[in-house]
Amino acid sequence: MSSADFTTLSPEILMAVYVMVGLLLAVYTAKDRIAPMLVWATSAFFVLIAVWIGFSGSGDAEAFGGMFHDDAFSRFAKVTVLLSAASILLMSQSYMERRGLLRFEYPLLVTLSVIGMMVMVSAGDLMSLYMGLELQSLALYVIASLRRDSAKSTEAGLKYFVLGALSSGLLLYGASLTYGFAGTTLFSGIIAAAGEGTASLGLLFGLVFIAAGLAFKVSAAPFHMWTPDVYEGAPTPVTAFFATAPKVAAMALLARVVHDAFGGVAGDWRQVIAALSVASMFLGAIAAIGQTNIKRLMAYSSINHMGFALMGLASGTAFGVQAMLVYMAIYVVMNIGTFAFILTMERDGVPVLRVDALNNYAKREPTKALAMLVLMFSMAGVPPLVGFFGKFYVLTAAVEADMAWLAVLGVIASAIAAYYYLRIVYYMYFGEETEALNGGKSPVLWGFIVASAVIMVIGVVNLFGIEGAAALAAETLVN
Amino acid sequence: MDNLLSIICFVPLLAAAILALFLRGDDAASQRNAKWLALIATSVSFLLSLFVLADFEPGGGFQFVESGEWILGLNYKMGVDGISVLFVMLTTFLMPIVILSCWEVQTRVKEYMIAFLALETLMLGVFMALDMVLFYLFFEAGLIPMFLIIGIWGGANRIYAAFKFFLYTFLGSVLMLVAMIAMYIDAGTTDIPALLEHTFSFATFDLAGIEVVGGLQTMLWLAFFASFAVKMPMWPVHTWLPDAHVQAPTAGSVVLAAILLKLGGYGFIRFSLGMFPVASELLAPLVLWLSAIAIVYTSLVALAQTDMKKLIAYSSVAHMGYVTAGIFSANQQGVDGAIFQMISHGFISGALFLCVGVIYDRMHTRDIDAYGGLVNRMPVYALIFMLFTMANVGLPGTSGFVGEFLTLMGMFQANTWVAAVATSGVILSAAYGLWLYRRVVMGALIKESLKTIKDLTAREKWIFAPLVAMTILLGVYPALVLDRVGPAVDDLLNTYDDAVAAADIGGTGTEVASTE
Repeated sequence: MSSADFTTLSPEILMAVYVMVGLLLAVYTAKDRIAPMLVWATSAFFVLIAVWIGFSGSGDAEAFGGMFHDDAFSRFAKVTVLLSAASILLMSQSYMERRGLLRFEYPLLVTLSVIGMMVMVSAGDLMSLYMGLELQSLALYVIASLRRDSAKSTEAGLKYFVLGALSSGLLLYGASLTYGFAGTTLFSGIIAAAGEGTASLGLLFGLVFIAAGLAFKVSAAPFHMWTPDVYEGAPTPVTAFFATAPKVAAMALLARVVHDAFGGVAGDWRQVIAALSVASMFLGAIAAIGQTNIKRLMAYSSINHMGFALMGLASGTAFGVQAMLVYMAIYVVMNIGTFAFILTMERDGVPVLRVDALNNYAKREPTKALAMLVLMFSMAGVPPLVGFFGKFYVLTAAVEADMAWLAVLGVIASAIAAYYYLRIVYYMYFGEETEALNGGKSPVLWGFIVASAVIMVIGVVNLFGIEGAAALAAETLVN
Repeated sequence: MDNLLSIICFVPLLAAAILALFLRGDDAASQRNAKWLALIATSVSFLLSLFVLADFEPGGGFQFVESGEWILGLNYKMGVDGISVLFVMLTTFLMPIVILSCWEVQTRVKEYMIAFLALETLMLGVFMALDMVLFYLFFEAGLIPMFLIIGIWGGANRIYAAFKFFLYTFLGSVLMLVAMIAMYIDAGTTDIPALLEHTFSFATFDLAGIEVVGGLQTMLWLAFFASFAVKMPMWPVHTWLPDAHVQAPTAGSVVLAAILLKLGGYGFIRFSLGMFPVASELLAPLVLWLSAIAIVYTSLVALAQTDMKKLIAYSSVAHMGYVTAGIFSANQQGVDGAIFQMISHGFISGALFLCVGVIYDRMHTRDIDAYGGLVNRMPVYALIFMLFTMANVGLPGTSGFVGEFLTLMGMFQANTWVAAVATSGVILSAAYGLWLYRRVVMGALIKESLKTIKDLTAREKWIFAPLVAMTILLGVYPALVLDRVGPAVDDLLNTYDDAVAAADIGGTGTEVASTE
């Protein structure tokens, strides 16, 4: 342990200090009254850290004997996580405030979970992996049940906790098997023990259990059961948070574990990931058709999208990882826009989450309806919107890795999924006049909706250059 | 100008963006502004495209090429050759007419114009794109405005029709996307001219125990077929078309019949025939017979229709049957005829849907039984309707005849039986066409509701005038089209024949009718 280790870790340390100072400050001063200020400060802080990480770091660094990696891959994931968390915090402020949910703990818990995610994506050891994961999860359990007087919110928190604990158990069991057979918890040690192409049965068992535990976190089918209930029960801004940053972190962690620790036995885990991918794509596409609650619909939609991201990972190549990262970045932007829209869905101050409440929305709010239309077509993967390029990337990765069958199944699932995205457009544009929604005058939300739609359209020119960054990130992970 | 094609292509989109961003309000004045801007933009696009036609050199390969770097190693590459230049012309020619035809629309005019302008850009893009992924981008994106046009401004059952239209064509196209990715990985490029020269493997392989004759080419061909056959549409995946046509507003029907249906045919020629010659040769009998069935079956179905638009929609499916059969005859007459038939069908079917629109605007019904004896009060209309009915039937002297005759000639050389079956379609098309005309226009005017119906207005006459002119001009002087198409088709077929000869398909034990 040297001072260099702490330098490598300095963004995380700084954020931890920020949380503690914030807690003390809030407890000893104005408590919840400073919460709005704290929300703005926290998201500004996230953006600063993101800029710092994005621009300062170059090259690879290790800390604490390889337990913590700072490389292009972790930086890409961290910037995505930080920026999406900052956006969600800004979006949630007015919603939470008007419902009396804006306690000072909220931004601080979000910060804690973000620290957890940053540790996750940098993990180079099963121990640091687990510590990051649990820090993230514990903070998320609490914010899922932030609305203490609502049975649904409490239920969501409890469900999330119980199932999350189960998945942690699976993961730990896998980790202990891996440790037992590899003799080390360091990824670099495991990859040496696993060897090229062959690994002992115990090690493979460990791999499968770790993958299952992480599949819970990315809500890949068949480990998705908690997703719709938690999405529905949690306050909407919290749902938006669940749908974005933790998904990116967990997906990045999964990529790191399979490549850094089990890169030698790619043939074995590629089948597992491919099976998860197919199950998620189809479950997400088919189960969403019958949903009437837009948050539940988004839950299934995110399961479907995770299936596509996993398709990139399943190809087992550097290009596949790059495709997955690009896909996740696009997914996050689309989801931020869509959830900003869902946050504006209210009538006389009461949130309305039924999809058919959007009837004839386009007549009254043409701009927002148009933006939502763009987002929905982008989610469905219709060109020329950016969502299409995400799909194009992962499909290319799959075909390139001789998994054309996976790509064919994927496009069939995407055609099924197009139905429910179109249904939202249908309600907005073709529906009959009913009781109007009248909420959503917030300029912040309006800005997020329109901005993400604009990104979906003009991103077609060059995807804002994330292609190169993702390629660099993938390069460091797979070599 | 170095990027003339891009300018032609994106002028309408630019106008759409101006409308979307700067035009406020929904009063009569802003509606008028929206219509005029749309008309000006489409006209400018048409006038510019005349320069392309003037400078176009038949047989000169791809011309007006422009190219630039894009993401993922893809290129933004545009260009036209003898096969695509006339489709570009067809599109730019028809769009001002389409805009004029919806001059009386009152609901959400601004959005309506935006949808059509965006649609024009996307359709032109399909014909101009020389990068496979760019092609796909334009090809698929056209679904969005068309979905909205049917869904917002359509008839009573528009929701069902809009969803059916979207999901049918989307499922077909995504399979094509996978095939495109496979081609990209196999050939290492998405450049269409380069792909036309690349030979995809046709070695037979086993897929899950099934022997795939023609190998990779067959798989790719089938994936493209899934997309283009739906778009065309071919029997038995044509069922979305009558629904979409009936529910779409008049202008939507015109665009759908006159231009969108041609995307499939263009794709068949450019991709299936040009890039997978061996698979095309192997699977041509399938397409020929499907086309023959389509011609006879949909003509019979058309006879039984009571809705005018549905009748014309089924007749479109039948006419597209000639196109597919002509293409996969894979000889000069067949492919020339198929392209000619597509161009001519663009004018004729567009005009027929406009004819229906004229009386629909007056009576608000498309039921054939609601009309009769229109000739008494609408002589000009009766004359124009007759001309296009005859052209649809394939009367010599109209453009409809040339296309039908050439495709039948091509078919006859490829497969006599198919040609014999298809020829009976000519008789059937006369039957439903003339019967429709008799029931709507001829006879005594006895229905009370029709006694006050008015003949064509000046605007309507101006809409029909260019269509009448083109139908007759192409009918008496088909060389206008064939001179430009011919050399390009000749090139295409030479490569095709070479590839088929080199493949020596007979050696794999499959019986394939030789084109020699």
